[in-house]
Amino acid sequence: MPLEITHLFGLKGVSREDIDTILDTAVSFREVLDRPIRIVPTLKGVAVLNLFYEDSTRTRISFELAERRLSAEVVSFSKSSSSVSKGESLRDTVRNIEAMKIDLIVVRHRSPGTPRFLAAHTGCRIINAGDGEHEHPTQALLDMMTMRRHFGTFEGLRVLIVGDILHSRVARSEIWGLTTMGVRVDVCGPSTLMPLDMRGFDVTVHHDFDRVIAEYDVIYMLRIQKERQPAGLIPSAREYTAMYGLTKDRVKRMSPEAVIMHPGPINRGIELDYEVADSDRSLILEQVTNGEAVRMAVLYLLSGRSEQ
Amino acid sequence: MTIQSEIRIIDAVGINRLLLKITHEILARNNGPANLSIIGLQTRGVYIAQRIARFIGDIEGVSVPIGILDITMYRDDFRVAMKQPEVRITSIPFDVDCTNAVLVDDVLYTGRTVRAALDAIMDFGRPRLVQLAVLIDRGHRELPLCPDFVGETIKTQFNQEIRVRMKEIAEDGIDEVTLVTLTGGGDD
Repeated sequence: MPLEITHLFGLKGVSREDIDTILDTAVSFREVLDRPIRIVPTLKGVAVLNLFYEDSTRTRISFELAERRLSAEVVSFSKSSSSVSKGESLRDTVRNIEAMKIDLIVVRHRSPGTPRFLAAHTGCRIINAGDGEHEHPTQALLDMMTMRRHFGTFEGLRVLIVGDILHSRVARSEIWGLTTMGVRVDVCGPSTLMPLDMRGFDVTVHHDFDRVIAEYDVIYMLRIQKERQPAGLIPSAREYTAMYGLTKDRVKRMSPEAVIMHPGPINRGIELDYEVADSDRSLILEQVTNGEAVRMAVLYLLSGRSEQ
Repeated sequence: MTIQSEIRIIDAVGINRLLLKITHEILARNNGPANLSIIGLQTRGVYIAQRIARFIGDIEGVSVPIGILDITMYRDDFRVAMKQPEVRITSIPFDVDCTNAVLVDDVLYTGRTVRAALDAIMDFGRPRLVQLAVLIDRGHRELPLCPDFVGETIKTQFNQEIRVRMKEIAEDGIDEVTLVTLTGGGDD
């Protein structure tokens, strides 16, 4: 089943059928990771450029491994070691790279909309690996894969996203994707970290974590960025933890079958207690493994010829 | 490209006989079921493999390891195929090292699927030997490959196709092999 989309900019507007195709394909690629030899020749001859203008460990390594495991040619670029520091514009950088015959670009950039810009100015397929506070679609897809593998279905699933919703591209992609699949998604956090207007999203906003925690199957904790405190958005890290951290005591309030997820990197002791992050309720490392499978699936599905 | 005619050439009883024949040949060639493993190629090869494994169970009273292989990741036409082929499940839940691995498919045609399957199987280990069993050999090989066990050889033209239907597959519903003659492009 070919995808309707030709680029992956975000999950907003992506159909249920496309998401199903990506997740089903990811299950097949997940199997490759358990083999003695974890490489297949599928994308031999496809050249992929990883264009990372923002720091990233997990996502970048995950994409690179996914590309290499599919036998693609891989070129990686980071801002610090490039001519961006000499003042070259994004468009010039990319047009030059395209002249080197690249088929697919994986991009992370702090400006929302960079992936669309690249699609408009190159002939390459584009995968968004995080653009500003807009979207991070492969993160949401790997989370959805993890939920579906764990619970067997999306039906009846309830997900609570906790923390800095305002600045989170992960939360946005998560909400678009999960809502499309019929999952009930709600958010919880302090008012200062909530968008002023959540009317575009079909979610309920909570502020009292303790009161609602028991109602959900997945407690999805977002990273709290330390620079939010000087900005005056949270009084202190300690107070944030007291109100919104997933502590040992709070875990006891969770529904018995509920699980904990986190996109990483974790701030241990702030949004997640040390023991909680490593507990058997946590699917965090499972998320990381599934991330590779989902990225292999997206790379594969977007690499085919588009002419019908 | 439209279907000009479709005629049934083998019915359910015939398929059963051919698979039983193949099973006996596999057992004879490999001196019994020890060290055997049966690997079905997606999609219909999987069900043929299951039936052969069941026959081996009936005849020898043992169960042989059985695997499922999807060769999509190893196709050689990825860059030219117009449609993105669907990647299906692979599951080899046993160690292929030192086994006599029998690859099973419904129809042998160009040999490209088998080439891909050989590459795939080597990524799981090093079988002692690999053999190929097919229900139908329709000719027109594009690679130097030869099956070890064949249910029936059917000479076909380029504008003809062999369709194998198996009752395990919902859209097929029945067991039969048909010869389809196409008019027009004949490009598949």
